[in-house]
Amino acid sequence: MLLIEDLQVELAGKIILRHIDMEIKPGETHVLFGPNGSGKTSLLMTIMGYPQYRVLAGRIMFKGVDITHLPINERAKLGIGMSFQRPPTIRGLKTRQMVSICAGERKDVDVEALARAVNFYDFLDRDVNDGFSGGEIKRCELLQLMAQDPDLFLFDEPESGVDLENMELIGRTIAKLLGQSITPKSEKSLIQQKRERTKMGLIITHTGHILDYVSATKGQVLFEGVMSCVENPREILRCIREVGYEECVRCIIGNNSEKKH
Amino acid sequence: MHNREQFREKALKAIDKKAAFGEDIDLRSFEKWAEPENLDICALPEIERELLAMAGIDVTEKERGGTFIQKNTSVAHCSVKQEGIEVIPLKQALERYDWIWDYYWKVVQVDADKYTASAELDLHDGYVIRALPGSKTIYPIQACMFMDRENLQQNVHNIIIAEEDSELHVITGCVTSHRMKRGIHVGISEFFVKKKAKLSFTMIHNWAEEMHVRPRSGAIVEEGGLFLNNYVCMKPVQSIQMYPTTHLMGAGAIARFYSIIVGSPGSVYDVGGRIFLNAPGNRAEIVSRAITNGGTIIARGHLIGKSPEIKAHLECRGLILNGGIMNAIPELEGHIDGVEMSHEAAVGKIAQEEIFYLMARGLNEEDATSTIVRGFLNVDIPGLPPQLKAEIDKAIEESNKDVM
Ligand SMILES: Nc1ncnc2c1ncn2[C@@H]1O[C@H](COP(=O)(O)OP(=O)(O)OP(=O)(O)O)[C@@H](O)[C@H]1O
Ligand SMILES: [Mg+2]
Repeated sequence: MLLIEDLQVELAGKIILRHIDMEIKPGETHVLFGPNGSGKTSLLMTIMGYPQYRVLAGRIMFKGVDITHLPINERAKLGIGMSFQRPPTIRGLKTRQMVSICAGERKDVDVEALARAVNFYDFLDRDVNDGFSGGEIKRCELLQLMAQDPDLFLFDEPESGVDLENMELIGRTIAKLLGQSITPKSEKSLIQQKRERTKMGLIITHTGHILDYVSATKGQVLFEGVMSCVENPREILRCIREVGYEECVRCIIGNNSEKKH
Repeated sequence: MHNREQFREKALKAIDKKAAFGEDIDLRSFEKWAEPENLDICALPEIERELLAMAGIDVTEKERGGTFIQKNTSVAHCSVKQEGIEVIPLKQALERYDWIWDYYWKVVQVDADKYTASAELDLHDGYVIRALPGSKTIYPIQACMFMDRENLQQNVHNIIIAEEDSELHVITGCVTSHRMKRGIHVGISEFFVKKKAKLSFTMIHNWAEEMHVRPRSGAIVEEGGLFLNNYVCMKPVQSIQMYPTTHLMGAGAIARFYSIIVGSPGSVYDVGGRIFLNAPGNRAEIVSRAITNGGTIIARGHLIGKSPEIKAHLECRGLILNGGIMNAIPELEGHIDGVEMSHEAAVGKIAQEEIFYLMARGLNEEDATSTIVRGFLNVDIPGLPPQLKAEIDKAIEESNKDVM
């Protein structure tokens, strides 16, 4: 489980996240909405442990461990993996090597087979992210996460800049990674399959297209560093379309605080 | 008949002539002679064999088409397995063959500086490697310059000829014994790449901390020829200074220089490359990757475009890891309309963002850093046989342990 309590974060002398609360239980996937610059990427980077995002107050718990001040790699070892919005280029490091790095100790990972599954075989011998197009970067990030296979997946806009055909590929792959692909003719009922899911996901999306492939039960909106309470993601999307982010956040927050008391 | 008198006279006049670059060395303080001895590489102690292996020398000779070894001042071993390839000690060639005089001191001037002069006046030996017309080497030819005599000056003169349509790959390792500290190596190398020939020359240096090294090289590349020159130095040295010069003479000739240097504290590496593009369609590329760990690295590059329709690029990247000086000096010189020349130089440190990215994939900070460093040094060298690429990778891998 991921549990964030009253998190306050500063970046470059500015407070970018205020009083953030969030809870993702095993098997759950949440989506995160919010206008440009609202702090969505910052939240994911903070969960991943990037030290430039300074935690001023609050804490982050993962699998019962307080990870608020753990270095990035220890969080990765605990089972947190992230697909970055703008990953850096690493010259001289082949994508093939990068994917093996992600696989870590697990020797049974077939890098080439994974790459084929996301149409990325031809890129294995290119330097990581060197000259990759927007959509190619997304597939490369996905490929790395496939090899890494964390328990909590942080996806920063996995669908932006992706063409229609690749959208489907990415959507289905993410669903599979989150343990959501349904096995037909399984002895277990759908409900049972769902109950046995353990993978967690947090997906940033502007368009909500990913919801066509991934079932996310919960959604939240981030606005100027403030987080709304939990709602149905489709509802949120409709609300944003109709009345805009600000109004939507106010309304959801209002709703929830009433419920609380 | 030919005589060396003309060279000797010129050399005598240049005996005190300082080089254009690099610390000036007093050559009088070094011994010029050592007992000739045979060298059975397989009988060398483990520690020395390892040093040779790290400089790309395959002691089993299994994956090599021929082997030349000079120990101190004399030839210790010279053999060739590959048909169409000749490997001859230089002094023997000077005594026996007329044709050698078309090459000896033809691209490097004997009176260029005191080091070239000394190499003529106290010539020890060296090799001639020649690929006959149309021959193709399957395995690279290896040449090793080995020194184990304290305070010695080793003077070698090498001539490498790739005749028309031939393909030749040479790997040369320069190594000092683990016991040796002080000395100087002067190496003259003259390269001739004939029409449509392809020559790759990979040099790996593995010197001692008080060694001075002064290679002097020149190359001529004819029409359609390709000259690939790779240099790797990952070990300490007192000073090394070289500025190999290549003349592209025929249409479509290509030269590519790649150098990979890791500089240790107290060591000075002044390494450059100069390419003249004289004919239409010439291509030249100089790529250098340097990391300093407290050493001084001067990476020079000079491209001179003298014909239209030429393309030349210079790329110099330096990383400062633990102090030291990185000095990139790229120079472009266009002499005529229609040249296309560019350069790219960057000196910096490892980007934090890259380290974090790898840490997010599970590596600790140390492993992330060394992965990035290894990547930085990993240049793609098109046209290099996989075995030679493997030798370069091995040298980098070994030294990576020391860097971190
Ligand atoms: N290095 C920095 N220095 C100062 N401000 C920064 C820095 N990096 C990010 N910011 C600011 O922090 C705020 C939050 O950025 P963040 O990337 O989290 O937004 P986002 O919600 O992910 O936006 P988008 O939808 O555009 O991806 C923005 O106003 C951004 O400009
Ligand atoms: Mg963002």
